[in-house]
Amino acid sequence: MNKTMLKLKNITFSYGNSIILEDVDASIQEGDFMGIVGPNGSGKSTLLKICLGIIKPQKGSIEIFDTPISRFKDWGKIGYIPQKATAFNQGFPATVEEVVTANLYPVIGLAGRVRKCHKAQVDEALDTVGMKDFKQRLVGRLSGGQQQRVFIAKALVSAPRIIFMDEPTVGIDSKAEESFYELMLKLNKQKNITLVMVTHDIGAIDKRINRILCLSDGKVLEHQCGLDTSCDLYGQAYGSHAVNPIRHNHGRRGGNVGAS
Amino acid sequence: MLELLNYEFMQRAFAAGILVAVISPLIGTFIVLRRLSMIGDTLSHASLAGIAAGMLGNFYPLWGALAFSLAAAIGIERLRKRFSQYAELSISIVLSASIGLAVVLISLAKSFNADLMSYLFGSIIAVTMQDIYLMLALGIVIILSVWLFYKEFFYIAFDEDGAELAGIPVAALNIYFTVLTAMAIVVGMRIVGILMISSLMVVPVAASLQLAKSFRQTMLFSVMIALVSVISGLFTSYYFDLAPGGTIVLTSVAILVLVLIRNLFGRR
Ligand SMILES: Nc1ncnc2c1ncn2[C@@H]1O[C@H](COP(=O)(O)OP(=O)(O)O)[C@@H](O)[C@H]1O
Ligand SMILES: [Mg+2]
Repeated sequence: MNKTMLKLKNITFSYGNSIILEDVDASIQEGDFMGIVGPNGSGKSTLLKICLGIIKPQKGSIEIFDTPISRFKDWGKIGYIPQKATAFNQGFPATVEEVVTANLYPVIGLAGRVRKCHKAQVDEALDTVGMKDFKQRLVGRLSGGQQQRVFIAKALVSAPRIIFMDEPTVGIDSKAEESFYELMLKLNKQKNITLVMVTHDIGAIDKRINRILCLSDGKVLEHQCGLDTSCDLYGQAYGSHAVNPIRHNHGRRGGNVGAS
Repeated sequence: MLELLNYEFMQRAFAAGILVAVISPLIGTFIVLRRLSMIGDTLSHASLAGIAAGMLGNFYPLWGALAFSLAAAIGIERLRKRFSQYAELSISIVLSASIGLAVVLISLAKSFNADLMSYLFGSIIAVTMQDIYLMLALGIVIILSVWLFYKEFFYIAFDEDGAELAGIPVAALNIYFTVLTAMAIVVGMRIVGILMISSLMVVPVAASLQLAKSFRQTMLFSVMIALVSVISGLFTSYYFDLAPGGTIVLTSVAILVLVLIRNLFGRR
C-alpha cells in the first residue's frame, strides 16, 4: 500500500507580522506527482522550505516518513532543487562531475573519501538525466536546460525517495521543458520517486500530476487527487482577471498564468 | 648559479618559500570563490598588531602574530552573525580595529625598525629555524585539513545553502576555515611579508581561474603558479637585494598578465 511520505498539520508561518501561511494541512503519498500552484507571493517557496526544515513554522507539525522533522536525520532521502538553482556564479570553476559528487555528502559523511562506488553513483545519476557525456565540462558553460539536468542529477545522486522542485521550468526553452517532463515521468513511474513541484505552468502539468495543492492568501484552496473538480480553482486563486488554463488551454501546452 | 643554496639562510628561505607557495593558494582558492578576498588583508593586519605586541612585550613575535590573527578570525565570525546580511562589514570592522591596534602598539614600542620592516615586506635573511618549525607545524595542519575537508569546503564555496541542507556542519566549518586562514597568514608572513601575503593567496588563483577546467585544476594550477612566483621571486630578491615579498608578488602578477594576454589572443 502507498505510504505517507510527508504530512503537514496546521502549519502557520509568518515573517514578522505578516502571515504567509495559515493553518495549512497537506499530505504527500509515495509515488505522487504533486503540483503546487498559486500566485506570486502566495507562499509556495515558503511551504517547500518548511517541508525541508530550512525554516521553522510558528505552529503546526511536520512529519517526514512518519518521523517528526526535528528527529529526522536521513536528508539524503530528500532532494531539493531550489528556485533559481541555476543562478549560481557562472564563473565557478566546477565540472559537472564535481558538482554532482558534492551532493553525495549524506552518503559519504564528514571527512569521508570519494570512492569508486561513489563515482559509479555519479555516473548513474548523470546517465539518468542524459548528461553523462558532459561529465568533465564546466557547469557554468552549459545551457540553462543542461544546467537544470545537472541539478536534477545532483539531487538524484544521494538516491532520494522524494524530490522537491521550485519553479524548475522557468528560464528554459520549450524543447528543454518537454524533455524535462519526460524525465520527470521516468523518475516518477520507473524509479518510483515522489515528486513535488511548484509551478505557474498549470497548462503543462495538469495532465501529468495526480495531486494538486493550490495556495492563495496563505490558505490551501484545494488539495486533492484528480483535477476534474478543480475548474474554478485557478480563477479564485489567481484572481478573476486570470484565464482558466484548463478551460482555455485545449491542445496548447504551457499556458503560463503566473500573476505578474 | 645555484651556489646560493649553499648558504644556510637561503636553504631556510627556500624551505619556507616552498611551504608558503603550497599553502597560500590552497586557502586562497576557497577565499576567492567565496568572494572573501578581504579576509587575508584583515587577518594579516591583525598579525601585524601581534608582531608589535611581541616586540613590545619581548616575546617571540610569531606567537603574537598567531594569537592576534586567531583572535581576529574569531572576531570576524562573531560579527558575521551580528551583521549576517553584510558579510564584508564584519571583515571591515575587524580590519579597522587591527590597523588601529597595530599603529598604537608600534608607536608604543617605538619599533619602526629594520626588524619590523622585515615582517612587513618579507625577508630572505631573517628566517630562523624556530620560524621554520612553527611554519612547518602550521603548514601540516593546514594541508591535512584541506585534504580532509576538501569536499565539504568545495560544497560550501559552491552553494552554502545546499551544503547546509545536505547536512554539512557549515557554521562550524566556516569558523574552522577562518582559523586555517589565520594560520596560513602566519606561515606566509616571514617570506612574503604582512603587506603582501594576502596577494599570494589571491593572485595565483586569479591566474589559475583563467586556465583551469575544473575545481581540482584550479587548486593545482594556482599552487604551481605560486611555486614559480616564489622560487623566481627568491632568486631575484637575492641577486638584486630586493625585499622578497615584492619580487614574489610582482612575479605572480606578471604571470597573471601573461595568462590574460594569452587568453585574449589564444581564443576567439
Ligand atoms: N525572508 C523573507 N522575509 C520576509 N518576507 C519574506 C521573506 N521571504 C519571502 N517573504 C514574503 O513571503 C511571501 C511568500 O513568499 P514565497 O513563499 O517566496 O512566495 P511564492 O514562492 O509563492 O512566490 C511573500 O509575500 C514574500 O514577500
Ligand atoms: Mg517562489
